[in-house]
Amino acid sequence: MGGAPLSIWEQARLQGHSRRDFLQFCSWLAAAAGIQASGLSQVVHALDTKPRLPVVWFHFQECTCCSESFIRSSHPIVSDIILDKISLDYTETLQAAAGHQAEAALHETMTKHKGEYLMLVEGSVPSEADGVYCCIAGRTALDIVREAAADAKAIVAWGSCASNGCIQASRPNPTGATPIHQLISGKPTINVPGCPPIAEVMAGTIVYLLAFERIPQLDGLGRPKAFYSRRVHDTCYRRPNYDAGLFVESFDDENAKRGYCLYKMGCRGPVTYNSCGVIRWNNGVSYPIQSGHGCIGCSEASFWDNGPFYRHLASFPGFGIETTADTVGVAVGAVTAAGIAAHAITTNIRKRKVIAEGISESTPATKGEGESHG
Amino acid sequence: MNGATIERVYVWQLPVRLYHWVNAACVATLAVTGYMIGRPMTVPVIGEASFSYFFGWVRFIHFVAAFVFFFNFLGRIYWGFAGNRYAHWDQFLPLTPRLLRKQWREAVEVMKVDILQAKVEPMESVGHNALAGWTYFLSFLAFLFQSVTGFGMYAAMSDAWLPHMFAWIVPLMGGDFAVRQWHHMMMWFFIVFSMIHVYLVFYHDYVEGRGVISSMAGGWKFVERRK
Repeated sequence: MGGAPLSIWEQARLQGHSRRDFLQFCSWLAAAAGIQASGLSQVVHALDTKPRLPVVWFHFQECTCCSESFIRSSHPIVSDIILDKISLDYTETLQAAAGHQAEAALHETMTKHKGEYLMLVEGSVPSEADGVYCCIAGRTALDIVREAAADAKAIVAWGSCASNGCIQASRPNPTGATPIHQLISGKPTINVPGCPPIAEVMAGTIVYLLAFERIPQLDGLGRPKAFYSRRVHDTCYRRPNYDAGLFVESFDDENAKRGYCLYKMGCRGPVTYNSCGVIRWNNGVSYPIQSGHGCIGCSEASFWDNGPFYRHLASFPGFGIETTADTVGVAVGAVTAAGIAAHAITTNIRKRKVIAEGISESTPATKGEGESHG
Repeated sequence: MNGATIERVYVWQLPVRLYHWVNAACVATLAVTGYMIGRPMTVPVIGEASFSYFFGWVRFIHFVAAFVFFFNFLGRIYWGFAGNRYAHWDQFLPLTPRLLRKQWREAVEVMKVDILQAKVEPMESVGHNALAGWTYFLSFLAFLFQSVTGFGMYAAMSDAWLPHMFAWIVPLMGGDFAVRQWHHMMMWFFIVFSMIHVYLVFYHDYVEGRGVISSMAGGWKFVERRK
């Protein structure tokens, strides 16, 4: 490929797509990224003029559920995104190349597109024992991340593993699994948590970067606000049951059948920021709560440690699995009550004289009064 | 005690008394509604969800009480600078070495006389005794903690600037779940505090008879003055 790189539109045209197809695709992308209608022309313009975005996608300590989710993205047809519109130069699970070829492709992108490529990371990075718990091509994940991040334009941390450590980082975290934003500083990093994240959220994030070449608005935890600014609870279709105080008491009761709120079954919807209630899963078919199971809060940090999943309060550390803050609270309250009772008894014994003196001192005055009357 | 007269002293000014009772009402409301939010009871509602807003009301009361609690607390802080010497902030937080030494001695004395009862004769302290003052300071920290964590969680459903001032606590503690957990745990501090507090005012009135309970209504306490 000599000369100026082709823009996305030019490439699409070469592949035989009509302008109409292209514009349709642009509207899909815009919708997926949560861009309003007035921003559509910006998307079209970007795709008209911009060359394909070089992308490297790393896999470290993960289960590939993020990739699995991503390739099930319905709206911007994922093959279009990956194969046509961005150029995925390296990804362990989807690439055809293997071994030295794969490594060569990675290094070509990193040198040829220095400072321009987008780095997507799936999985956490082990930091214990110099990172030996995850090695690719004889190098540790830690090493690879540092090298690739140095010349990346931006980093997207896919899924809870890369954003907050997920199950690898849960107690006791033997490998020292670390999310990307804690390893790399000074690079724009977008966290897209979820186990896995919703396909449309992943696609939307990429599309935004592609179209606007800037980082979308992020919240305090580095998540795109477009997808993570509301709780699952706030967009839940069962919310009216919550507000009415109608709760499922057990998974096989009448209330569960009626579709009442799963709050008392430990649903994490009220403490989880995600778009499940709006975008839903598998082409918008359903999401956990709609299927009758509470949210487990998979996009929140340390959700594995906040167990058990079927209770609202986490078990109290150091007191066994059945102990919650309330159990401890009641015990402390009972001890306090016992202490008060003991103190009251002691007072009546130890201070008997003082109290008696006080009473007898005031008695003559009453007598005196009585005498003056008499 | 012989040859002593009883004199009354105006200790708690109206803002202090008002603060105390508003605070007591708020804490009670917040603890009850808070507990219900954490562990909702089963309400016998028959019919569609749209007919009832029970849990919504519980939460609404919790939030309103929280705002009242917060501003009442701010008012008390102001009165710590504007009020009389019994209301002054240094009764809770002795910052000069001299005051610290004085309050330390008094706190040790309170320990001996009232808590461990190694000494029998009651001691005299007109305003807060030093140990009580320090405990109240601890409770102010708990107030602050509950305000920060509470408003921090509330921020996500509000556009108002006040809750958003505290939104930073959520990422700091690692997410809503942790904030909620700590907010819930701290509720037990208030319950235990109230138990001990109410017991101790009864105790003091019972042993000393200086009108400690009624002082929070009228502001007057009684002290012994030797002639």
